Amino acid sequence: MRYLKILEYALASLLRRPGKTCAILVVYTLMIVVLASVLFLTQALKTEATTMLAGGPQLVVQKTMAGRHELIPVSAVEKLVEIPGVKAVKPRVWGYYYDALTGTNYTLQGFDTLANELSLLNGRLPREEGECAIGAGVARSRLIHLQDELILIDYDNIGRIFTVTGVFVSAADLLTQDLVVMPEGPLRQFFGMPDSLATDLAVEVYNPNEVDTIANKIKRSLPDSRPITQSELLRTYHAVFDWRGGMMLALFSSALMAFCILAWDKATGLSAGERREIGILKAVGWDTGDVLLLKLWEGLALSLLAFLSGCLIAFILVFWWGTPVLGGILRGWSVLFPALRPTPFIDFYQLGTLAFLTIIPYVASTVIPAWRAAVTDPDEVMRAS
Amino acid sequence: MILHPGVLALLLGGLVSLLMLSAGALLGIRIARRWNPDGAEADQLSLERRAWLVAVLVRWAIVFEALSLLLFIYTAEVIHPLFVGAMCATGTLNANPIGWHLIWIKLLLFLLGGLWMVLNHLDLQCPEAPLTRFKFIALIPFLPLAIADLTLMVIYFAGLEPEVITSCCGALFSSGGDGLASELAALPLRPMMIVFYAGLAAYGCLVLLSLLSRRPWMHYLLALASGLFLVLGLTAIVSFISLYIYELPTHHCPFDMLQRSSNFVGYPIYLSLLGATICGLVQAMLEYLCRIPGLSVITSRAQRPWLLMTLFFWMLFALLTGWPVLFGPLAMTAYF
Repeated sequence: MRYLKILEYALASLLRRPGKTCAILVVYTLMIVVLASVLFLTQALKTEATTMLAGGPQLVVQKTMAGRHELIPVSAVEKLVEIPGVKAVKPRVWGYYYDALTGTNYTLQGFDTLANELSLLNGRLPREEGECAIGAGVARSRLIHLQDELILIDYDNIGRIFTVTGVFVSAADLLTQDLVVMPEGPLRQFFGMPDSLATDLAVEVYNPNEVDTIANKIKRSLPDSRPITQSELLRTYHAVFDWRGGMMLALFSSALMAFCILAWDKATGLSAGERREIGILKAVGWDTGDVLLLKLWEGLALSLLAFLSGCLIAFILVFWWGTPVLGGILRGWSVLFPALRPTPFIDFYQLGTLAFLTIIPYVASTVIPAWRAAVTDPDEVMRAS
Repeated sequence: MILHPGVLALLLGGLVSLLMLSAGALLGIRIARRWNPDGAEADQLSLERRAWLVAVLVRWAIVFEALSLLLFIYTAEVIHPLFVGAMCATGTLNANPIGWHLIWIKLLLFLLGGLWMVLNHLDLQCPEAPLTRFKFIALIPFLPLAIADLTLMVIYFAGLEPEVITSCCGALFSSGGDGLASELAALPLRPMMIVFYAGLAAYGCLVLLSLLSRRPWMHYLLALASGLFLVLGLTAIVSFISLYIYELPTHHCPFDMLQRSSNFVGYPIYLSLLGATICGLVQAMLEYLCRIPGLSVITSRAQRPWLLMTLFFWMLFALLTGWPVLFGPLAMTAYF
């Protein structure tokens, strides 16, 4: 009961000084918004990457020559199918295209190699030479729509005209933003790629637990190849996003330090009224422990309010507004950014980490000022006023 | 070095608590040297004021260290997908074996910190503050522990290399391997179960007897039993309780139960075990402090609530570890 009474007094005391409370609350909240946005966005990007890769092949085999990626002979398929545990091997034809007109990079993909995501299409898939389906980003950058023409320059510097028969809907943005899809034959002609070669091989495996073993067998059977498993890709994505998020947090640590100095300063600069208040409290029987408790409650109430409102604003920024500034930095570097609409989630570990990063420095920087206030001598204060 | 947000939070928390603990401990030692409870001069008054500061600094530092233990274990769980071969916190800790030392240092800080908080609470309740000198001198072991904690944390996280292949819990806690973990996993099931449940029952009886009787030796015995109970509990968790929790006759990992797949049941299990241990150890401390003039009333009044708390944690631990064994779907009768 005594604790609750002191809490009540602490809240009333915060409300009695709205200017000072608001000043610290606004800065505290802003700092939490920035740090929470970084944390939420990093987690959201990791989740999106996991979802995106889940639809892809379990194992991709690339050929390397002199340490660089090379086109792989389609004949390698026969060797790989013989490995026990391998369900199917599909040669994939795809590549990059730099569009000098808009200064963007497109991904050109052979029709056979796409899986489930093709259902998210307005119009239909290309059926013959001279037709293509494009991602929403390509349509936007070229200002073209369904049934319009897309002109691309092939490997021989000859312009080729493709009719747009389908545009991918924006729900599939993360996968299809910069995509141009056409049948495999015309794409080979466009890139000048012989029929005997493919960009890479997608391997399907019966038992997902055997993927690493099969990757080892492939490496033995084709020594100049590089098998890339889905879990490896996922691990790399997680490491990259964690690293970027961590770098951002490390950069913001200077802001955190500035905030701690502000908190220290605000807590130290007691007004004459506050000093008199503490003096009177002590004169009427409060001891140092009670005043310390009062200051603790004040600090915790302020922290909790700033923490909750900061997290709420960050939540809205990341999951609703699409992170206008931070998104570009954390996602990577590209001209055609897919619109990011991550699935909202609340992770208690993230909130705990955030509390550790923000509340601990605040508490630490207000301990000594709180003690200074608590040991105020009532006699001295009364005389001074 | 892995720049994970959890890692940054741990390092920041470690640094802040080290700064607070060192400031508190150094100031505390200075106060302890000049402390004169009978004096009423300005110097003593200033020392009394500073004593409050030390108490507040150390109290917060201990709270941060306790939270850091939880965050460390959970972060080790969360970052395991970054390491090839890791399936839980065991793999992350194996990726740089210094991590294992961090666990026991953090546990020791948690236990000692809990005891110091009780000591501080008792001291503040008594107007004569008879424990001030003692509680400040007791801060000395905290300082090297906090320094070791932060230093090892920096070395541990700096030495984590994602490309190094680590071994998972299935390899470390397997009955066929070498080392303490494998020895624990290889303990025979039936005798181990008998010893554990007999120990659990004996510990419960001892707590009840301590509640009924006020004999000093009983409380010292309870504190000793609490230490043994901690060791027995941890051994039993690796040896057979884990099997019932995962419903697998060969999986002995003490960390997997902290994951979502086990409904985070590991947290209440470990917290109840540590809670029972701390509350049991407090009994010996209270009994010892009873002899100090001015404290006997406060300590004897505090004994009962602490015993009730020991009983609560013991019951919680018994329930959490007994339920899967008695009512879980796994039947280990073939292994008896």
